[in-house]
Amino acid sequence: MNSLVSYLFIAGVLFSLGLAGVLQRRNLIAMLISIELMLNGANVNFMAFNRFLTPEPAVGQVITLFVMGIAAAEAAIGLSIILALFRRLQSVNIERAQQLKG
Amino acid sequence: MTLGGIFSIESAAQAMFWVVVGLTLAGAVIAVFPRIILYNVLGLALALTGVAGIYLFLGSAFIALMQLLIYVGAICIAIVFAIMLSRPLHLDLPKRQLPKVAMALGSSFLFLAATLAVAVKTPWKEAAERSTDWSVTAIGHLLLTRYGLVFEVISLVLLVAIIGAILTAGYSRRLTS
Repeated sequence: MNSLVSYLFIAGVLFSLGLAGVLQRRNLIAMLISIELMLNGANVNFMAFNRFLTPEPAVGQVITLFVMGIAAAEAAIGLSIILALFRRLQSVNIERAQQLKG
Repeated sequence: MTLGGIFSIESAAQAMFWVVVGLTLAGAVIAVFPRIILYNVLGLALALTGVAGIYLFLGSAFIALMQLLIYVGAICIAIVFAIMLSRPLHLDLPKRQLPKVAMALGSSFLFLAATLAVAVKTPWKEAAERSTDWSVTAIGHLLLTRYGLVFEVISLVLLVAIIGAILTAGYSRRLTS
């Protein structure tokens, strides 16, 4: 229905918004949210190429499922690290976390 | 075609597509720019739901359902649990550092321009022979045959991530209190 380039446009805008968020925010949770946006942009790309170009239309969906699984693991680990960091620093500001050894 | 092309099914679907895209991008903007973290999470949920709608337009309802389940249902809720660590809403917000915001926006805009230039300039060619098997059955066969090893490794990664999350959150509590 729509062309491939329009889907690539949407994916690029999603990814760039996530990139701007990662570069700009100082709140760790907001940075995690922006990373989820970037992963979704990549997923939209996979699904668009899967819909329009590939010889086997199931492969892109499988890869999208894998990315979702990795994103779930990343969110769990990231949130628990944020929790541990908050217990130590009483803050989720990224600029307070300046040394590796607490 | 008595009513003309305006009210046909295709144009309705096309209008619906742009509505979904607008919701997605608006959710992404809300997820990135406001200073209040609660708005960020709600915008993220809106954007992820919109992406699920885009997957529907791309022809796979299964992935759209998985997107709703995993992203909107699991990851957004997990982030909502972490919100209560953030700065209380009644305190004053620290001032935005304008040079940093401008540099972040500029660099991501450069990235967007480069990506879009590549996407427009490249002559995309379809594969010569395309199978038309979109079904969940094909995905299941691929997951258990060709991608079986990857599937198992991702299961292991999830298990290790869950145990690691419990250890990271739990041990630090024991050390500090």
